[in-house]
Amino acid sequence: MSQLLILAAEGKENPLVPPIPELVIGLLAFVIVFGFLAWKLLPNINKVLEQRREAIEGGIEKAEAAQTEAQSVLEQYKAQLAEARHEAARLRQEAQEQGATLIAEMRAEGQRQREEIVTAGHAQIEADRKAAASALRQDVGKLATELAGKLVGESLEDHARQSRVIDRFLDELEEKAEATR
Amino acid sequence: MSADPTQVLAFETDCHIFDGCGFPAPGLHSFLFKPLWGDADSNVYFNKPMLLALLGSIIVIGFFWAAFRKPKVVPGKLQMVAESGYDFIRRGVVYETIGKKEGEKYVPLVVSLFFFIWMMNLWSIVPVAQFPVTSIIAYPLVLALIVYVLWVSLTFKRHGFVGFFKNVTGYDKSLGAVLPLAMLIEFFSNLLVRPFTHAVRLFANMFAGHTLLLLFTIASWYLLNGVGIAYAGVSFLMTIVMTAFELFIQALQAYVFVLLTCTYIQGALAEHH
Repeated sequence: MSQLLILAAEGKENPLVPPIPELVIGLLAFVIVFGFLAWKLLPNINKVLEQRREAIEGGIEKAEAAQTEAQSVLEQYKAQLAEARHEAARLRQEAQEQGATLIAEMRAEGQRQREEIVTAGHAQIEADRKAAASALRQDVGKLATELAGKLVGESLEDHARQSRVIDRFLDELEEKAEATR
Repeated sequence: MSADPTQVLAFETDCHIFDGCGFPAPGLHSFLFKPLWGDADSNVYFNKPMLLALLGSIIVIGFFWAAFRKPKVVPGKLQMVAESGYDFIRRGVVYETIGKKEGEKYVPLVVSLFFFIWMMNLWSIVPVAQFPVTSIIAYPLVLALIVYVLWVSLTFKRHGFVGFFKNVTGYDKSLGAVLPLAMLIEFFSNLLVRPFTHAVRLFANMFAGHTLLLLFTIASWYLLNGVGIAYAGVSFLMTIVMTAFELFIQALQAYVFVLLTCTYIQGALAEHH
């Protein structure tokens, strides 16, 4: 006990014996610091650090979303482009086919018209030839009759006979012509 | 020349070598201060270390108030500095030793401890103040006691009464016959000596540092006479070197103190095997 008393009395000189007032002030000083930091300042900064973390992660998420969207838009665009190309090719093909049929149709039409014209021409020529032949035959008959009348000196007016003779004559002529051709 | 705690400076200025005056070596008296207010015998007084302690508190709070009062997501310079300090203690000390999940609760305490102790140590080299508050045993002891109380209560809460004693005594059946002795030593070292060593580690470092600084500072002045001037130069150089060294030790001791704090808390939370 006396030892302790001596120690207490020497307390002012002993660096390992803490004086009560300094313990109190030390505690007070630390509690002030701890109080302020724990009550306000550290929660403050923790909130901001959390916000910052979220902002960074949010930014990354946003960028990722934008990238996905861009990707999907690109794919959509590519699909549309391919479709359009396909459509264009199809249209071209169709036009080509249509053109080909049109040309074929026109060609057929032309052919048909040409044949019609040719046929008409042929018919005309045939008719003209027939008319010319019959006219010629009459003229030749008349001339021959006149010639024969003049030669014989009498008119051979007997119609029926006259015609038969001329026709027979002409037929003979034709046969000769055929034979010589 | 006996020490007089009433002197204003740490040594007498009119005393030089070759003047028939002995070297006014620093000693225990260098750590005693005449109260600025009140009476030293009545236990109601206010002295320089107390003033520095309270002033230090205000500086620490002021710094963090300026930095963290209105923190921004994109930090300014001051906030960045304070954040890196905060982050260093939070990640580098608390998360490393206790773990993120369990340790989060103790971050404010450990951060406060670190910056408080660092500031108290820093007073050692602040001109005019030039006294580490932590070289007075009362200040480290109070902090060590806070940690001690936290550690004991945590261990009780986590392990119960029997578990507490098993935890404190390092109970381990595989030790066999040595177990009682080991338990006795562990009990003694953990429960009785721990707060003392925790406090004294900081106190003694600061005490010794301050004594060294005083020694070289006083010697620089004391030798400043005649041929002694050459030696004074060497001593002054040593003062500068020791000041830089102290700057390092101050941060290191604050770090060691909070690291031990975290280790103790971790020990209390850990399951005992």
